[in-house]
Amino acid sequence: MSVADIHIGEEVHHDEHHEQSFIQKYIFSTDHKMIAKQYLISGIFWALIGGGLSIIFRLQLGFPDMSLEWLRPILGKWITSAGKLDSEFYLALVTMHGTIMVFFVLTAGLSGTFSNFLIPLQIGARDMASGFMNMLSYWLFFISSTIMFVSLFLETGPAGGGWTVYPPLSALPQAISGSGLGMTLWLVAMVFFIASTLLGGINYITTVINLRTEGMSFSRLPLTVWAFFITAVIGLLSFPVLVAAALLLVFDRSFGTSFYLSEIYIGGEALPNMGGSPILYQHLFWFLGHPEVYIVLLPALGITSEIIATNSRKPIFGYTAMIMSMLAIAFLSFIVWAHHMFVTGMNPFLGSIFMFLTLIIAVPSAVKAFNYITTLWKGNIHFTPAMLFSIGLVSFFISGGLTGIFLGNSALDINLHDTYFVVAHFHLVMGSASFFGMLAGVYHWFPKMFGRMMDEKLGYIHFWFSFVGIYLVFFPLHYVGIAGFPRRYYSWTNFDAFNSFTDLNAFVSIAAILTFSAQFVFLFNFFYSIFKGRKAPQNPWGSTTLEWTTPRIPGHGNWEGDIPKVYRWAYDYSKPGAKDDFIPQTVPYSHTPESNLPFENELAKTEDVSPVAQDAK
Amino acid sequence: MTRSSADIHLGKVRVKSMHPKKFAMWLFIISVTMIFASLTSAYIVKKSEGNWALIDFPSLFNVTSVMIVLSSISIHFAYLAAKRNNLFNIRLGLTLTAVLAVAFSVGQFFSWGQLVEQEVFFVGNPAGSFIYVFTGLHVVHLVGGLIFLLVVLVNSFRYKVHSKSLAQIEMCVTYWHFLGGLWLYLYLFLILNN
Repeated sequence: MSVADIHIGEEVHHDEHHEQSFIQKYIFSTDHKMIAKQYLISGIFWALIGGGLSIIFRLQLGFPDMSLEWLRPILGKWITSAGKLDSEFYLALVTMHGTIMVFFVLTAGLSGTFSNFLIPLQIGARDMASGFMNMLSYWLFFISSTIMFVSLFLETGPAGGGWTVYPPLSALPQAISGSGLGMTLWLVAMVFFIASTLLGGINYITTVINLRTEGMSFSRLPLTVWAFFITAVIGLLSFPVLVAAALLLVFDRSFGTSFYLSEIYIGGEALPNMGGSPILYQHLFWFLGHPEVYIVLLPALGITSEIIATNSRKPIFGYTAMIMSMLAIAFLSFIVWAHHMFVTGMNPFLGSIFMFLTLIIAVPSAVKAFNYITTLWKGNIHFTPAMLFSIGLVSFFISGGLTGIFLGNSALDINLHDTYFVVAHFHLVMGSASFFGMLAGVYHWFPKMFGRMMDEKLGYIHFWFSFVGIYLVFFPLHYVGIAGFPRRYYSWTNFDAFNSFTDLNAFVSIAAILTFSAQFVFLFNFFYSIFKGRKAPQNPWGSTTLEWTTPRIPGHGNWEGDIPKVYRWAYDYSKPGAKDDFIPQTVPYSHTPESNLPFENELAKTEDVSPVAQDAK
Repeated sequence: MTRSSADIHLGKVRVKSMHPKKFAMWLFIISVTMIFASLTSAYIVKKSEGNWALIDFPSLFNVTSVMIVLSSISIHFAYLAAKRNNLFNIRLGLTLTAVLAVAFSVGQFFSWGQLVEQEVFFVGNPAGSFIYVFTGLHVVHLVGGLIFLLVVLVNSFRYKVHSKSLAQIEMCVTYWHFLGGLWLYLYLFLILNN
């Protein structure tokens, strides 16, 4: 299938000597910047839905006695006659919240937006390697989104087996209503989603390797591009495994095979399935699932590296260490998957190996956190909204990462597995941190995307409400989790042990509603600024990277005339002797004798400052 | 306000090390490899848990294996012909490959018949289901390759495949050898693990 796709696009972006129609420009665009904006708007749409769903189930958890009759116009029969949320719909809500946030917002919305937007701009390329594949990638994502969205409105409800869709629950349509048609659509949507991610990822990798401008060696790449590159490699290796897992699940569901099913009685009847193993699915799923965590997080870390260095007016601390730690994280992410399965009856010796490997991840993660802090240390810090969100990310990354060390212990995990402690852990370290990375990226590159500035004051309001709100939501959940309360339960008031958490749960729900409301400040700021924002200067943050050498609103092809040539790394901030506190990557060493280090003076002698040759292939 | 695209020349893309589309083809091959690597690992994991039926593999697998090896030879013949601008041999080699590919797919289908004869169905013990999944999924990828092959064949009739324009046929050959190797791996894997 995709084989044919690859060469169809061969002639696509050669010499478009004509005005683009509305459809070519805004809908079926092959321009990486437009595709990035499409991903961003889609991601924002999904974030609203995913966030909205979480508010509905937080109402149930925080205020179990509350009448939800007022939601009937939206939810219809999912509100029972007693005015309560239907318990099976509750399961569907948590499932869809997870699916939407992990895949549609933080994978497609984050990687899709910023890899597409920044890779060609920061490496000095006219566009992606294949504009057609890039367009196809977005539209496959769109089809996937449509199917997933439609599944929300099914009479039997969307998928309800948790975002990990473990069989046998997800494999047996008669088990719960959420394993019926909703589950089928979930699987179909994910197939399109994976195809989209793979097409996108192949394009990112090819572009970074093959289309860098002259002088842009790997050791001069901004850390954003490094992060997107490594993310795409992880995706390329892990998403196919999800295809395999989902394929076998489809066969079990729809064709009656027994890959994951064995000796099950349901409704008093024995099923014919023999010889399958549900644990097999967990192995396959988490072989994707764990790398997926880093697919979500690494782009946010890359964006943060760039923003923190720019706004501290200092070179990033430990550039090579940053790259090495990302590579280490990427490598380790493939050999730790079974730490999600400590309580599946796994051999304890195997468990201790996975525990050991898991705890090693703390090392590169700590290197990154340390480097962020040391970059900030004694910097000339500019507190732009993007900078605040980046610092917020570092905070979440540390406080959420610490609880990962608890959870990585196979012995402690027996107690903490599937409790709210896990929920609190990954919402901080992966959910909120990546979300903050995404917001930071939007605030930082908004001027390049739309040629206008976002309002700073609204940005500050958005930041403080989100930052404080998120801690108020997730910090208390650690306590609920240590007390043993399991995730995904519809109601906890029936258990004496958890009655004392009534107020805490109400508090968490109120904080969640506040945090969610704060996002509307951002929405207003975003859409208002697209049309009415202050016009942006060419390089509003004093950045060194190539995207700020393009016109205020870059056209198709990004640079007028020649593409820029690169002479230095991306982090020459506050270089002693230099007249400005930043030196763009396009300035040759021979033009800056006042700030050159001895070896750079040597380089300057052999530098070729002629423009990039417009050579043929 | 926004500049039109009309005045920017996009034709000359600087290429560093490798033809970007060939490179993308290799990445695609990696992702397909990952699908089959995970399926064969799943096979091993499942088998080690016991409750595993022993199956005699269809004898047709030997025939189809020979066919796919022959198709690799014939496509390489076409590729060498393209390098020497021998148009007739390009077309001959590609056509032969396409015929062998169809024969291979039909052979795989009949091998399913041989499985059914010994009462190994798609539904039943995973030991049998896995064989259906391996062969079926492999043929799905082969059909993709066949479509690609036909596109190259049509282009060869339009005089678009020759020593100055090899990228497409090179990609097709790469993918085709991969498909052959993949099948041999799967068959060998099944033999070694039974």
